[in-house]
Amino acid sequence: MLRKAFAFAALGLALMAGPALAGATHAEPKDVHWSFEGPFGKFDTAQVQRGYKVYREVCSACHSMEQMYFRNLGQKGGPFYDEKYKNPNDNPYVKSLAKDLQVKDIDADTGDVIQRPAGSADRFPAPFPNEPAARAANGGALPPDLSVIVKAREGGPQYVYSILTGYKDPPPGLKTGPNQYYNPYMSGDMTSSWSGKGPVPEGGFIAMPPPLVDGRVTFDDKSPSMLSQEAKDVVAYLAWASDPKATERKEFGLGAMIYLFFFSVLLWFSYRRVWKNIGH
Amino acid sequence: MADTVVGATPDPHASGEDPSRRDFIHIAAGAAAIGAVGGLVWPLIDQMNPAGDTLALASIEFDLGKVEPGQQVVVKWRGKPLFVRHRTPAQIAAAIKDDHADLRDPQTDEERHKAGKAEWLILVGTCTHLGCVPTVGGGDYGGWFCPCHGSVYDTSGRIRKGPAPKNLEVPTYAFLSDSKIKVG
Amino acid sequence: MSGHSTYEPKTGIERWLDVRLPILRFANDTVVTFPTPKNLNYWYTFGGILALMLGIQIVTGIVLAMHYVPHVDMAFNSVQRIKRDVNYGWLIQGMHANGASMFFLAVYVHMFRGLYYGSYKAPREVLWILGCVIYLVMIITAFMGYVLPWGQMSFHGAVVITNLIGALPVVGPAITTWLWGGFAVDDATLNRFFSLHYLLPFVIAGVVALHIWALHVPGNSNPKGVEVKSEADTVPFHPYYTVKDGFAISVFLLLYAAFVFFAPDALGDAVNYVKANPLVTPAHIVPEWYLLPFYAILRALPNKLLGVIAMFGAIATLFVLPWLDTSKVRSMRYRPAIRLWYFIFFIDCIVLGFCGAHAPDDLVIPGVSGLQLGDANLNSFVWLSRFAATFYFAYFWVITPLMGLTETPLKVPESISEPVLSHPASAPMGAMASPEKRG
Repeated sequence: MLRKAFAFAALGLALMAGPALAGATHAEPKDVHWSFEGPFGKFDTAQVQRGYKVYREVCSACHSMEQMYFRNLGQKGGPFYDEKYKNPNDNPYVKSLAKDLQVKDIDADTGDVIQRPAGSADRFPAPFPNEPAARAANGGALPPDLSVIVKAREGGPQYVYSILTGYKDPPPGLKTGPNQYYNPYMSGDMTSSWSGKGPVPEGGFIAMPPPLVDGRVTFDDKSPSMLSQEAKDVVAYLAWASDPKATERKEFGLGAMIYLFFFSVLLWFSYRRVWKNIGH
Repeated sequence: MADTVVGATPDPHASGEDPSRRDFIHIAAGAAAIGAVGGLVWPLIDQMNPAGDTLALASIEFDLGKVEPGQQVVVKWRGKPLFVRHRTPAQIAAAIKDDHADLRDPQTDEERHKAGKAEWLILVGTCTHLGCVPTVGGGDYGGWFCPCHGSVYDTSGRIRKGPAPKNLEVPTYAFLSDSKIKVG
Repeated sequence: MSGHSTYEPKTGIERWLDVRLPILRFANDTVVTFPTPKNLNYWYTFGGILALMLGIQIVTGIVLAMHYVPHVDMAFNSVQRIKRDVNYGWLIQGMHANGASMFFLAVYVHMFRGLYYGSYKAPREVLWILGCVIYLVMIITAFMGYVLPWGQMSFHGAVVITNLIGALPVVGPAITTWLWGGFAVDDATLNRFFSLHYLLPFVIAGVVALHIWALHVPGNSNPKGVEVKSEADTVPFHPYYTVKDGFAISVFLLLYAAFVFFAPDALGDAVNYVKANPLVTPAHIVPEWYLLPFYAILRALPNKLLGVIAMFGAIATLFVLPWLDTSKVRSMRYRPAIRLWYFIFFIDCIVLGFCGAHAPDDLVIPGVSGLQLGDANLNSFVWLSRFAATFYFAYFWVITPLMGLTETPLKVPESISEPVLSHPASAPMGAMASPEKRG
């Protein structure tokens, strides 16, 4: 009976891990598949490279990624990792990517705030100097930092992809205010804006206008730049940035699990030997 | 792993007492336990080594134009002081004169600056004895004097007197232009 | 510690040490020759698992403290830095965060085992109470630890839980302000929580030492619930239980590793990857899974003070359990009547967990509008948690004392060594007996 109970507990644990949100409704995220899913999944380097380009050319205009340094792009598992440069700081391609952007610094002589080209040891520069400035430039809404966005949203990569590709014209009867865009995958409560027939449609308002359209980014590897491709690639990049050690973690984990399995087998035989003559 | 190895051991008395087999399985289990602990100990030790952001050492650029002859400017680089000294011809001559003196850590002055830039001496400003910061212009040789334990360096930053074992360290640096250097 | 010592120093150095500090004698008597009932099943291995988990949490925690910065502006980023830049930081942080869940999973199995086999009954009341103390300190430690990453759930969880104390009449607000070190959860709060989170595990370790001491005086209980009668009933702890515990630990570590390496965030809340923002509350505040049942009891009552009293009462009840159980028989193996209630109680705790995970007004059965009863819908989690909380208390305060007085227990064996033939595993209700056959 206890054993059965334990199974129930495990089940309960699994079910409780994702409690449902109350009140607000949203559509189930689209079921997209990624190369990095599952215990053996790995990031697709070319895809993460393309995704970085989408982030750099589109998202970074409004969204910071404060946990990211340029050197991260060249570290092991990163999109521009080069075996010749074990220290990602020396990676010339990463340096060239960094050089194109300006970061804030203090002039050592005058103490003035200056702009200088970024280096590989610099963090990604933020588009706005502070939160009020970010809000002021975006109609009062704060574009969230994207460093861990894939981990910070229920549904992870599927959710972010669904938001990027899920914009729809508001159904008749739904009043959208300024800086409000209807997105069925956004969680929200639109009851007060709804005057149409039937129940309130699922989804919510998002302050971000649709960021990606077909042909928005030209990929260096000539990949077609449809909206779905751009979204998929940028989400892969964001997923990598949220968890840059994921591949290392899974590889280490596989070894650890195999080791523990054989350790358990050994202990089992050892245990059987020790207890062989004990009757009870 | 365990299965094959155990199975490979001939065991004529499978149900009886066979000490060699019993010992083997217990020793193997014990060794695996030690291996598991060992595997976990390394991450716990390695985490104290410099982290990724620390390893991504920042290099700095410095404009030499603001250092007058005979002066020294100290800037912070990788958490330590960096001496940028603009030497006068007399100081350079004094340094060259001692190139073949009885030096503790023999080096010529030429080896301690960039070719053709004898007036610029770039040094890590920590005493090679125990890491104090020497004061400029002190001591018998007009170089540096370390107030902690009395080490004396000459105008080339070479150790001349006192307990320090080595010359002041010359960092990796390069001239970007005549008046600009990049350290690191 | 119980009975005379069988330790015999072998070498000169051991003899020399033995008359000065008999530490080897102590180690020998507690973990080598300690006579242990020979019929302990796998449910009894969780004590060893818990000792290991405490060790892992302390070691990984000390390491994390070398890199963590307890400041409201830097705490979140310093945790990210640990996961991104510190060598093996992702591993150590993952072990610590998931280790807390595994620790609680193990402690719940350990507690339900004690409940089933009557391990709290005389002469082991103090042992049980010390266990309850450990559990209580574990809850406080885990709560404070959860605040440290300074995500949205960390912050607002801290706000909600510290506000509970404000429910106390007269002194409540003053104590809350004192606890915060200000007028809200802020930098001062974060710093003291960090300090206490570092301290309390060592307090736990101290109480664990007392717990083991209190275990070794009467000796282990066992699934049959009869005391050890002769040496034939026992085996020395080493190698018999070191190897059995070792095997169980290794299997448990497999589960732990599966979470750490392949689902490090499965037990956490996505919202905690958003930096704490005192101006915006997440849509749905929930504690970590292991505290959900108590959270449900808290919210079951419409009055703030009563809710707090009920929640603490649910834990306090555990302390007095040894005196609520009136049964002469220790193990539920021979108490078929209460076994059903025990099973329902277990389900009840899971149900309370579900209630804690959902918003109170959510419908239990979606689509059924249900009928309004008092302040809430009968089909809502509010009412479900009220029923479940009532049962929780009824189990301890009504069912346990009454069953002891009214039930007819099965025949209890004379001793642990009594032939296996009379083992009730053949009886229909003995489903749990199978692990013991191997043990």
